[in-house]
Amino acid sequence: MPNSQIEIILARQFADCLSIPVFIVDTNGNLLFYNEPAEALLGLRFGETGSMAVEEWSTVFKPTDENGQPLAPEKLPLVQTLGTQKPAHGSFWIDSLSSNEKHLLTVTSFPLMGRPNRFLGAVALFWKSN
Amino acid sequence: MKVTIWGCRGSLPSPGPEKNKYGGNTSCVELLHNETCIILDGGSGIQRLGSAINANIKTIHILLTHLHLDHTMGLGFFLPLYNPNVTVHLWGPTGTNESLIKRLRRYFSPPLFPVRLNELPAHPIVHEINHSVFFIDDIKITSEFICHPGPTLGFRIECDNAILAYMPDHEPALGAANFPNDPGWTSGYKLAKDADILMHDAQYKNSEYATRVGWGHSSMADAIRFAEMCSVKKLLLFHHDPAHTDEQLEQLFEDNTKGKNIPFEVELCTENTFFNI
Repeated sequence: MPNSQIEIILARQFADCLSIPVFIVDTNGNLLFYNEPAEALLGLRFGETGSMAVEEWSTVFKPTDENGQPLAPEKLPLVQTLGTQKPAHGSFWIDSLSSNEKHLLTVTSFPLMGRPNRFLGAVALFWKSN
Repeated sequence: MKVTIWGCRGSLPSPGPEKNKYGGNTSCVELLHNETCIILDGGSGIQRLGSAINANIKTIHILLTHLHLDHTMGLGFFLPLYNPNVTVHLWGPTGTNESLIKRLRRYFSPPLFPVRLNELPAHPIVHEINHSVFFIDDIKITSEFICHPGPTLGFRIECDNAILAYMPDHEPALGAANFPNDPGWTSGYKLAKDADILMHDAQYKNSEYATRVGWGHSSMADAIRFAEMCSVKKLLLFHHDPAHTDEQLEQLFEDNTKGKNIPFEVELCTENTFFNI
């Protein structure tokens, strides 16, 4: 999918070095990259999937509220950032891939603005809350 | 299109008898096609070009990859800038906070240079570019930011079905995932893909690069890997280290090419040479 621009390439390198999960998406929400800690959230390996279209990865990543109800996309920080080109922050629950437990995750997302004010996509950083 | 190399040294002009073969002037390449004159970078090599340029040329386009001094230091000594009958267009990268003209004025002002930009007989026409596609007469130019400190462009120049890619300062191995095996995640790939000629940064030996990662330049080995990934037809190794003598350059070239199965032509770029594409 990508012929990535330099800002995205360097963002991936940064994400690759972090021990917290990171998603990098383009302006359409296509998942350009997820790092190794994020593989645990998706139950997928980037080395096997490569970049994924938004229709594809949204079917495997299903955040819910505390009652297990699926969240509307506009409630998700990453979706908000793509819509507003502004940082966003919020929490949601996801089902564990290895047990029946739920995990509360907090997400901070921010837009990737290249020179000169080119909106290239967004980065989401995940903080485990419980 | 006739291509003439007026300077291919990196970082610092470094004349001397031990560098006579490959030359000591910094980046400057002249492209001539019919009545169109395009100059890539304004390093110290542009001074000699200014004295030799065809007097019939009344419009000159200077494309600056970036504003590091080795790519701009010759501009003040480029005679056509002092000729009111010549129109000079300066094309260069957009910055984050300051306009291109404001950044150019830093060079064209004391204490770096005595003549201010607005004191030139005809003020050059300044064009800011970034991820751009534009035409100069019938020559198509694509520019993109590439991996080098500060806003730095690479150029893909297309004319009469020939493609010249110019990336004199470029460190594609930095930040690239699995370099050189993942083109979509490598800086500059789109610009260089299938180029007839790629002029690319090849400043360092491997041992030198190991201690200079992040400085924005490539080892010769990485330049060759990048060219192979991009399926270019010919690679001109550019931006020679100012400390490397002719003899050392040739040894470095031999170390990186002899006995290797390189599926394209490779040469050390040489000042005062020209070719047609």
